[in-house]
Amino acid sequence: MPVTSPADTAPLAQTLALLGLHGLGTADLLQLLLHFTVLSMLAVGGAITTATDMHRYLVQEQGWLNDTEFNASIALAQAAPGPNILFVALLGLHSAGMAGVVLAMLGIMLPSSAVALVVGRLRRANREAVALRAFTAGLTPLTLGLLVSTGWVLTSPTRAHWGTWALLAVTVVLNVRTRLSPMWLIALGAVVGMLGLVG
Amino acid sequence: MAEPQRPTTADGAAAPPATPVTELRRPGSLAEVYRVFTRMALQGFGGVLPVAHRELVERERWMSPQGFLEVLSLSQVLPGPNVVNLAIIFGDRHFGWRGALAATAGMLSVPMLVVLVLALICRQAADLPLVTGALRGMGVVAAGLIIGTAVKLAGTLSKNPLGLPLALGVGAMTFAMVGLLRWPMVWVVLGLGALGMAAAWWRITHQARGPAR
Repeated sequence: MPVTSPADTAPLAQTLALLGLHGLGTADLLQLLLHFTVLSMLAVGGAITTATDMHRYLVQEQGWLNDTEFNASIALAQAAPGPNILFVALLGLHSAGMAGVVLAMLGIMLPSSAVALVVGRLRRANREAVALRAFTAGLTPLTLGLLVSTGWVLTSPTRAHWGTWALLAVTVVLNVRTRLSPMWLIALGAVVGMLGLVG
Repeated sequence: MAEPQRPTTADGAAAPPATPVTELRRPGSLAEVYRVFTRMALQGFGGVLPVAHRELVERERWMSPQGFLEVLSLSQVLPGPNVVNLAIIFGDRHFGWRGALAATAGMLSVPMLVVLVLALICRQAADLPLVTGALRGMGVVAAGLIIGTAVKLAGTLSKNPLGLPLALGVGAMTFAMVGLLRWPMVWVVLGLGALGMAAAWWRITHQARGPAR
């Protein structure tokens, strides 16, 4: 954590700093919007399948946020009520304050929502049509790889600890084999984390 | 599925169906759509989908179970968050684009405020090891939940036209390219995706024509 002077730790100042643009200019902001717009169309299976690429762009390429902030965004959005896509809003917040929130959410939402609106109106959508089946069948293996990818990225800061692997295994097994609500697992994760078992 | 036999009365006429058809209700206004979707989203800890079914099908009776399933299947095939796509399609069917907007706004507006406030609080408390520890643990669980989804998805691959080995192979290649090599996703999806779809198309049309080879 960066060392801050007493004046910097004033809560209001810190909050305002978070809401600011973090030094990002118009060109950067437009690039952010564009990147999320492209990912919107690739997000077959939900925005979480594109999270690896968001990490590549925001953390590795641009350095606008670090691994901790990235992971915390996804974890918090899952724990909080509402659709998990809100993790994108948090990625935007850490990258460029409120402007980031608005641009990231608009980018990730508008293209796919427009498509959903148009396709939803098609009365003659034939589920048995070869084109649709080929589309779904062809992309499902990719979605699988992308989901595992996202899971992999999320464990990267904590992989050295045995607690991480134990918690991961328990979560996967309980999630796949039982109908236990994710909230119990998230609470378990919080407790295990507070005990210092994942670093 | 075969239709169940209707009991006949003494003179041979068919008796009326045993269960009455439940009348579907419709949302009365945009405000009602917004309110119900907000209420739905705020109960959706960890995911809104189960709550969506409870609210739309069971509580409000705005959709039948089959209707819900149909819209959900379509929402999942389309790019984007499936529960948001569901809101858009549902809202649009009743009030056009304004309904789609009201439903989506309900799903996202208040939850976004909540999550932003939570993020700001966590940021302020970031020097407390308990907070950072909790977030780290929750991050691992988030990874586990996502991998759990992947495992469940892998279970459906045996029915994929590509066949299990090829489908798993494509999945593994995707993971290697995007997750390990960190290639930009857009190229991998366009490349592997096009190949996958072409292969699926070929398999589907060839399976339909002749007997199993």
